[in-house]
Amino acid sequence: MTGSALITGAADTPVGRLPGHSAMSMQAAAARAAIADAGLAADDVDGVLAAYSFTQPHLMLASAFCEYMGLRPSFNTAIQSGGATACSGIMLAAALVESGQCRHVLVVTGDNRLTGLPPGGAAAMLAQVGHPEFEQPYGLSVPAAYALVAQRYMHEYGVTAEHLAAIAVTQRAHAARHPHAHMRDPITVEDVMKSRMIATPLKLLDCCLVSDGAAAVVISAAHEFRDGRARIAILGSGQGHTHEHVSAAPSLTHFGCEASARQAFARAGVTPVDIDVAEIYDSFTITLAVELESIGFFGKGEAGPAAASGELGLKGRLPCNTHGGLLSYGHSGAAGGMFHVVEAVLQLRGSAGPRQVEGAALAFVHGDGGILSAHCSLVLGRVH
Amino acid sequence: MGKPIPTPTTDSAAYWAGCNREELLYQRCGACGHVQFYPRRTCTACQAGDLDSLQSAQRGTIHSFTVVQRAANPAFNEDVPYVVALVDLDEGFRMMMNVVGDDRLSAAIGRRVRVVFEPRGEQKLPQATLEAAT
Repeated sequence: MTGSALITGAADTPVGRLPGHSAMSMQAAAARAAIADAGLAADDVDGVLAAYSFTQPHLMLASAFCEYMGLRPSFNTAIQSGGATACSGIMLAAALVESGQCRHVLVVTGDNRLTGLPPGGAAAMLAQVGHPEFEQPYGLSVPAAYALVAQRYMHEYGVTAEHLAAIAVTQRAHAARHPHAHMRDPITVEDVMKSRMIATPLKLLDCCLVSDGAAAVVISAAHEFRDGRARIAILGSGQGHTHEHVSAAPSLTHFGCEASARQAFARAGVTPVDIDVAEIYDSFTITLAVELESIGFFGKGEAGPAAASGELGLKGRLPCNTHGGLLSYGHSGAAGGMFHVVEAVLQLRGSAGPRQVEGAALAFVHGDGGILSAHCSLVLGRVH
Repeated sequence: MGKPIPTPTTDSAAYWAGCNREELLYQRCGACGHVQFYPRRTCTACQAGDLDSLQSAQRGTIHSFTVVQRAANPAFNEDVPYVVALVDLDEGFRMMMNVVGDDRLSAAIGRRVRVVFEPRGEQKLPQATLEAAT
């Protein structure tokens, strides 16, 4: 099955503070751009996968989106897997084109959580993912939930706050090279360490941004490809699911990313050392550390020191989150995970400009939803 | 708006009623013996529907914790800094609680705790308090 589904279109809107837009208008802008990037017309798209929105919630967002944009696809549904939504949508889109059910599937995400909600609104809404009886009464926020993971992870593997800070610093350096990034001013480990404590050990600069923005991709059957550009194939995909609520997680050090990555690598027939560039969900610095280690790129406790020594940089052993990730590029709900995909496509096409990883031919993309609860991994490659 | 008060469901009514008697109830599967929390009508290990409700001795160990300096829910602003912990009860189940009391900021992984009950509206909520350090 591998390689017969291609990412033919990929686009995102500007990210950051974008007053004057709605979740729908931004999603439509990203969708238009992705369809155009694929060299298609809207009528060519026969499958549409949407996600969710805080500012324009709807029981049937996929239908509402298609109505908004005037699309009448033959397959249409919404996916709600938090930060795993983008990758899961692409995994499903690949299955739809590989099975012959669809020719071109649009996967669209976007929200305006920054300007479309009152200050603090996104954090308050996100806190509602805590269990209503067994977590929310204890004042659990999403940063606090990840802090529970961080505290245990640091305890077991000797990870330090400075190690985590080095991850944030690396990603900011990458974002500085991206004209769209929400946060582009360089930061130091000291800046991270001095930033306001949110929930020990996580400080403000250990936490992702809240941004407006949207992103979309088009997945096409390989035989439909009629472009002269590089062919970007979905070579492998996988998922892993162990829990939803952090208090019900079977472990605070081993998560579903182990299974999802194993599956994706096996299906693609490659291993972590083969990967040229990694775009991995980074809701918090600890998220990226756990995932880099669980996926097999580094040993336990080694991701932070690797960041500190430049191994995650553009010329490092594993260039990672070359756009700046959720920590510095931007985080707009389900679009947050899609930004990673768009960046991977740009890298594989060789069109990432000043962020280009030379010769990037094989990319690994990973999304995680909830509190390291729902995982989806993709291996993408430039094929001939 | 005040702090969230748990609304018992048909799955959890017996548990919350137990809390109001200052009893901490957990479940053990009648089919496979698996111990679990939170209360539900299916065993998460073998998916049997035969679950016994047992009383915990209300002693446990902190598996992880965080000191929250910035609350997402404004109802908790006055409690900052407050401690959220995952506590492993001695019977083999894990639950979230706040570590409460004047010494709450001494919370640490591995510290022993015992359960106390905090009135919240009409409902008593299990919380953790540190045992004297050994």
